[in-house]
Amino acid sequence: MELLNKIFVAPFADMIAAPDFLMQVLWEGLVSGVLYSLIALGFVLIFRSSRIFNFAQGIMVVFAALTLVGLHEMGVPAWISVALTLGVMFLLAVTIERVVLRPLVGQPDIILFMATIGITLFLIGFGEIIFGGENKVMITSELGIPTGDIVLEPFGGLLILQHIDITAVLVAATLVVSLLLFLNKTRMGRAIRALGDDHQAALSVGISLQTIWVLVWFIAGIIALVTGIAWGSRAGVSFALEVIAYKALPVLMLGGLESITGAIIGGLMIGMLEKLFEIYWGAPLLGGNTESWFAYVLALVVLLFRPQGLFGEKIIERV
Amino acid sequence: MDALTEGYVTEDGRRIGGVLMEMKNITLRFGGVVAIKDISFDIREGEIRAIIGPNGAGKSSMLNVISGFYHPQEGEVWYKGGVRPSMKPFEVARQGVGRTFQNIALFEGMTVLDNVMTGRLTHMKASIWEQAIWWGKAEREEVHNREQVEKIIDFLEIQSIRKTPVGRLPYGLKKRVELARALAAEPSLLLLDEPMAGMNVEEKEDMSRFILDVNDEFGTTIALIEHDMGVVMDLSDRVVVMDYGKKIGDGTPDEVRSNQDVIDAYLGVAHD
Repeated sequence: MELLNKIFVAPFADMIAAPDFLMQVLWEGLVSGVLYSLIALGFVLIFRSSRIFNFAQGIMVVFAALTLVGLHEMGVPAWISVALTLGVMFLLAVTIERVVLRPLVGQPDIILFMATIGITLFLIGFGEIIFGGENKVMITSELGIPTGDIVLEPFGGLLILQHIDITAVLVAATLVVSLLLFLNKTRMGRAIRALGDDHQAALSVGISLQTIWVLVWFIAGIIALVTGIAWGSRAGVSFALEVIAYKALPVLMLGGLESITGAIIGGLMIGMLEKLFEIYWGAPLLGGNTESWFAYVLALVVLLFRPQGLFGEKIIERV
Repeated sequence: MDALTEGYVTEDGRRIGGVLMEMKNITLRFGGVVAIKDISFDIREGEIRAIIGPNGAGKSSMLNVISGFYHPQEGEVWYKGGVRPSMKPFEVARQGVGRTFQNIALFEGMTVLDNVMTGRLTHMKASIWEQAIWWGKAEREEVHNREQVEKIIDFLEIQSIRKTPVGRLPYGLKKRVELARALAAEPSLLLLDEPMAGMNVEEKEDMSRFILDVNDEFGTTIALIEHDMGVVMDLSDRVVVMDYGKKIGDGTPDEVRSNQDVIDAYLGVAHD
């Protein structure tokens, strides 16, 4: 009885009793959720245009953040470092296309997937050689990102919104919206979507595989940089950042690998649900730290009922 | 083959122009297998040119050579009066060679309209930055291209399915959408790989009508591969016949029909 009460009654009573705290929890969840969505979007973009599950997305986040901080440490002004980092991400995209993807074109998906694991390992080693392995601090204030907070008092309570978080949400939302517009409204966007559907047909209408792949990996690089800045300013810049990219995996399982809407909604859902669960169920009942596994369990449950994810395209395979 | 230097006039009075594309002594091998053996023929402006032959004759290989998917070991492809260097398929497409595929290659997840719009890709010139911010040229181009695409959609009578995802369409309509996408590029040369394969009689009649109309209305030069002899003979101005990778006949449908080698190939006389 006591247990049932703790599971089904007490948490909701708490939520109603302290709505300001509930809002705080949801806000924190939203902030992580937006970043999960952003990373998931990077995965979806590459998967849709090349059927490659890009294992290296996580390390690209670290690599971008390290490059940015590293350049700044060498005395380059903050915004020029950002521009240079974008240049580095572009070079990375070109190199990956030239050295890894082009020779492997037409190979089974699993081989390309393995290749992205290779890229991951390479970037870890390369990053450590160039920038060293120790933790670094994101150059938040140098970039002009406001630090401080807004205090609101909804329902006579207290709600604290950090400026960093607000900036992260706004930037991520802008990036997501521009990406959606780009994909749906422009020639290049259409080419990206087309390429994922049918390589042969794409070639026959004059779409260059190479150009699109470089473009897509570059976009993934931009996403990595934004995520790196946002997450790095909360948690510091280290190779441990890579782990947050794996949070995108349950997001993808929920949202489906194909669906951009799925990636966005899945990311937000996971961000908020894991926070809610942690605060109202995890901490009191399970001793906390549920955020590290909640998302995966949730994804597993969804997969049991909908193997294609919540928004994925229905898989019909003829045998 | 008679010397057709200045073009000719067809039986139904259409004027056929000069040589648009010429295959000169094309040989294509896959390892030890010779798919095409020393074949030459030309395609003239405004004409409907068919390539026929029994299964495995090398027709599709020939189409793939024309569209740049295969690169022949020997021979030259002449296009618009010059030798075409070895090109990737997307470069060939940008030079005005459109095509459809035997096993329909459409973008299944996208709507009919979006599929056809991809055909306009080569006509859109706005820079990636203009596109990213959807400004100036990008917007004007999209509107103009959309008009062109709507014309083609009307022409092929697929208005009612414009917003339908292609994956949901029946086979016959998919074939038509593929044709629409190829047409949207306003190709100088349109390649059709078995446009009527797997269709019932009614669908075949529709498709034949569309092919003739396209040729008539837009003056598009068309090269097609087809199994159905009856259809080919009705549609085309000139026919190349292939068998075992070799050319065994070339001429008007009537000439080809009375060619002994062609009759043998189709009736299955033993090859010695």
